[in-house]
Amino acid sequence: MNNILELKNIDKIYGTDIKTQVLYDINLSFEQGSFNSIIGQSGSGKSTLLNIIGTLDKPTSGEVLIDNNNVGNMSNNKLAAIRNRMIGFVFQFHYLLPEFTALENVLMPYEIKGGKITKEIVKKAEEYLSLVGLDNVKNNLATKMSGGQQQRTAIARALINEPKIILADEPTGNLDSDSTENIYELLRKINQEIGTTFIIITHDRKIAEKTDRIIEIKDGRINLDIRK
Amino acid sequence: MRLGYKIAVRFLKSNKGQTLLIILGIAIGVSVQIFIGSLIQGLQKSLVEKTIGNSSQITISSNMDDKIISDYDKLLTDIETADDNIKEISVAADYPAFLEYSENSQSILIRGFEIDKADGIYNFIESIEDGTYPRNDNEIILGVDLKKEYGIQLNDEIKLITTNQDTVMCKVVGFFDLKVSSLNKNWGITTLSTAQNIFDIGNTITSIEIQVKEAAVFTADEVADKIIEKIDNNNLKVENWKVQNEQLLSGLQGQSISSIMIQVFVLISVVLGIASVLAITVIQKSRQIGILKAMGIKNSSTSYVFLFEGLILGMFGAILGIILGLGLSLAFTKFALNPDGTPVIALYISYPFILVSGLIAVVSSVLAALIPAVKSSKLNPIDIIRNN
Repeated sequence: MNNILELKNIDKIYGTDIKTQVLYDINLSFEQGSFNSIIGQSGSGKSTLLNIIGTLDKPTSGEVLIDNNNVGNMSNNKLAAIRNRMIGFVFQFHYLLPEFTALENVLMPYEIKGGKITKEIVKKAEEYLSLVGLDNVKNNLATKMSGGQQQRTAIARALINEPKIILADEPTGNLDSDSTENIYELLRKINQEIGTTFIIITHDRKIAEKTDRIIEIKDGRINLDIRK
Repeated sequence: MRLGYKIAVRFLKSNKGQTLLIILGIAIGVSVQIFIGSLIQGLQKSLVEKTIGNSSQITISSNMDDKIISDYDKLLTDIETADDNIKEISVAADYPAFLEYSENSQSILIRGFEIDKADGIYNFIESIEDGTYPRNDNEIILGVDLKKEYGIQLNDEIKLITTNQDTVMCKVVGFFDLKVSSLNKNWGITTLSTAQNIFDIGNTITSIEIQVKEAAVFTADEVADKIIEKIDNNNLKVENWKVQNEQLLSGLQGQSISSIMIQVFVLISVVLGIASVLAITVIQKSRQIGILKAMGIKNSSTSYVFLFEGLILGMFGAILGIILGLGLSLAFTKFALNPDGTPVIALYISYPFILVSGLIAVVSSVLAALIPAVKSSKLNPIDIIRNN
């Protein structure tokens, strides 16, 4: 299998006067279509790692290769395009745009890409919304939905541009256990049906055990890397 | 850009109260600007109209001792073709004389006009209160003040004694009221030929009086220069009203400057208002901007969101402001009236001025949106994601 994502010797240091090193020489690669989890205690550096993978943050040293392209020296606009086309984000705090409806939120990455809203794309967005079980609330404003519904909308949004990678940071962090279970089943289903690569941060070992690969980060270093 | 516009509209719609407040702020600024501008322009127009509207704006007279201009026909055609802005040309033969009526006597300026032409400048015919205007020789009209003072009746004969001690009898056929008491007291208006006969000057005149078109009132000096160039005669003196009314001019200028000052400060306060509200909007919407950036929106597109917000607010504010300003002006001319029903101050509604005021509001709204636009483009999504 091809590696969709490679991290080479990633260091991350915060601060200029008082330096805090968060990541130490991380080397990782992820295969296309794999279903991975990253676990670790809070403050271990796992979110920083995910942000670096998602090109939202830059490593202090080291290289990030997405689909064999080094993102280190890309312009802001180029990075924005990579995020838009290659990566889908699902955050702990779902981050929908409250001024827009669920359907409009799902279409937003497509519009950012510069696509015209056609019947086909609306149909596709509705399919994703029904995939995450939100047929009946698709025209609700983001603020008029429950936490679980918002999170599922965020997942549909992450899918709309058919990205190669979906990065999820505690996607069920503030959901009850039933919703948590549903979301993970949904992510797994998407992984199997569409072949999207998943990297999911969680602090829940039970959830992590359902993934194909568990990476444990401890104090900024890889402590464990188990594949099933 | 299309997406920037869409998001801008949605942001504005989602916070209707705030949006309306900014629009109202801009509108009030624009309406004050329009009202003050129209008021000052109206004041100036009526002041200029009252001062020089019924008088000669460019006067040509002789430098020679006898003050006589002869052969004036060619001169008139020269003047007529000197500039397109010349509206009225009238010749006059003016001489001082002594007026005697029963026991009373006083000095008087006899002005001989071609009445129909001079009417274009002085509006004699309309300002005649009693009787008619002089049509035949030895007919004269006097001011209403003289009528009151000496009890002169219509069709009375008055005696005029020239500086050469010639005596002529003239019939009073009317009384005029030029609204200026010195004119009403001291002028006697007659036909050109009567004046020429009384003073025995043959077919000559003493001055040529000119009015320019309304648009050229404030460039009368330039018109005068063109006339000087065209007639090219050192024996003739060409004077324009601006030289004769310097104080009025500086007064008008002071008024214009203070009007512009008011408008500029209104504008500055509007711009500051928009800029500060939009700057707060960036902070309000920083979370959304961060999300959009994480999803890959370009920095320039987030700038467009705020520029479009400025543009939309500016346009609606300008439109509402124009409506308010016109309404305010209309109310002012309708309800602030003199006892005779005319408005206290006739506002001058200039559509180009209103259009420019509106455009300035739109442009300054967009400029005010520049700061938040730049701010939003510099926003780093990681700060939003990390700090939630």
